[in-house]
Amino acid sequence: MSHKKGSQLIAQGSKLKKGMPINYYIFLSLALFAIGIVGVLTRRNAIIIFMCIELMLNAVNLLLVAFSKMHHAANVAVNATAGTDGQLFVFFIMVVAAAEVSVGLAIIVMMYRNIHSVDVNFLNRLKH
Amino acid sequence: MNALILSAVFGVVMMFSGILLKQKSAVRNLAIAGILLLLVSNVLETYGTAFFKVNVNGMMYFDRLALFFNTIVFVSALLYFLLTAKDMEKVGVNYAEYFALIFFILCGITLTSSFKSLLILFLGIEIISIPLYILTGTDKRNLKSNEASLKYLLLGAFSTGLMLMGIALIYGAKGTFSTEGANLVTDKPSVLLVAGMILLLFSMSFKASAAPFHFWTPDVYDGAPTVFTSFMATIVKAAVFIAFIRLFDEAFGTLRAQWQLWIAVITAATLFIGNITAVFQQSVKRMLAYSSIAQAGFMLLSLYAMNTDAKEGILLYVTAYSFATIGIFAVLARMNDYTFDGFNGLAQKDPLVAGSLTVFLLSLAGIPLTAGFLAKFYMLKATIATPQGLWLAIFAILMAAVSVYYYFRVIQAMYFKEGDDAKAPETTPVFRGTLVILAALVILLGIFPDLLLHWFYF
Repeated sequence: MSHKKGSQLIAQGSKLKKGMPINYYIFLSLALFAIGIVGVLTRRNAIIIFMCIELMLNAVNLLLVAFSKMHHAANVAVNATAGTDGQLFVFFIMVVAAAEVSVGLAIIVMMYRNIHSVDVNFLNRLKH
Repeated sequence: MNALILSAVFGVVMMFSGILLKQKSAVRNLAIAGILLLLVSNVLETYGTAFFKVNVNGMMYFDRLALFFNTIVFVSALLYFLLTAKDMEKVGVNYAEYFALIFFILCGITLTSSFKSLLILFLGIEIISIPLYILTGTDKRNLKSNEASLKYLLLGAFSTGLMLMGIALIYGAKGTFSTEGANLVTDKPSVLLVAGMILLLFSMSFKASAAPFHFWTPDVYDGAPTVFTSFMATIVKAAVFIAFIRLFDEAFGTLRAQWQLWIAVITAATLFIGNITAVFQQSVKRMLAYSSIAQAGFMLLSLYAMNTDAKEGILLYVTAYSFATIGIFAVLARMNDYTFDGFNGLAQKDPLVAGSLTVFLLSLAGIPLTAGFLAKFYMLKATIATPQGLWLAIFAILMAAVSVYYYFRVIQAMYFKEGDDAKAPETTPVFRGTLVILAALVILLGIFPDLLLHWFYF
């Protein structure tokens, strides 16, 4: 009886460990990424464009973590640290994104001081 | 490794020099000393003297190509500092910080020339890009500079997003960021890998301003202060190309069937758009921006061919192109009028500057006895050696013929048109001396390219 219950628990555990198939993660992050791209291409407010770029980067972060988990589960028997580099990459993306935002917001503020607007339709002075 | 660590350290040193040193000439001399130190330490490392032993876990590899390319970059940066460092004073008050940012960019360049992991590639490209966004916008009161900076930032960050998605997809397919790991394609490559590669191709073409992704280049190059446009269009562009070539050679070499046609189309489009649009420009600065797109088209030929000639040729090409363009921009930064008419009669006012400028323009146009001719020759030779490369080479030659028109317009203005009584650009003895040395180097490399390539193998 107890043996049977134990094997049930193990079966439940392995089902939990397996989790969602990787495809769902790929579709979710591609969808987020596409929303980001569409936002960058259609919105006219510099700050919203910037938010959309952040959304693209975060979609990539999500995908990297999912892939990292997947490679870890597949190779953990061979290499205990398999797949950790994907999660490390996420930290680097966060650092770089923070640097980019600090520079980007400074540039937007600089522009706002001169023209009192953050509308990118204004960016046409150089077109001639 | 020497240059990587020293350039980062020197970036910090330059930031503090702004507080500690009161005189601008002292800051400038410190920066020139710094670049000399980088150059010497890099050459020493080429001959086996490494100051720093750091375990990089196989993420970087300082091979002959990387070290040699770094040497080219540092020599170009030294000449750039000697020629234009004084003109940076006119841009704004934060003189020392401009040098600090340039040293950080040089640090990024050593990363992009030596990466073995996509992580290092990403970091290198970003360490180059973020200081460049700032440098583009340094002319804070100028709306054109603001606009260029914001445009560059938004589009640059967007292309970084594409690059990261590409890297993530490749990681999903291969389970590693190592460029050698990505190369192990046994049979049919997976959809994830090919999609990731195409995204990387697009984002790298964006950074290298290749044709469908070139639209930011003229605006940004035109809007940025001329002294920084010079740096952006030469040294940074060369670094992006070396990264591009290393990536597609080492990581995607076996996937060539998948990307070669894409590259061929991008190359042809870049050559066409760059050269044809440059013909219609009225401002020399904007013409040089389009000319840099056109020259990028020629450099892309090496990516298409990807054989020994191509790899030697790209080193010669970036050297010839950087030297000539740095020289032209250095003179342009001292002109009052950026239109073609601004150059009228320069030959009478200042024959030495006009003569050097002629050498640089001839080199960019690819006239024999200049470095630009042999660089183009190497590219075409490498392209013809590939099975279907002949038509691309013929197209490139036609476009090079078009390019002669807009380069010679400047020469014509200098020698055959009467200038008004506007005075010639002010020059210092150092400026004139460096300009003549640069012109002599361009001719020397055009007669004896072995002097450069011999170093690559020695």
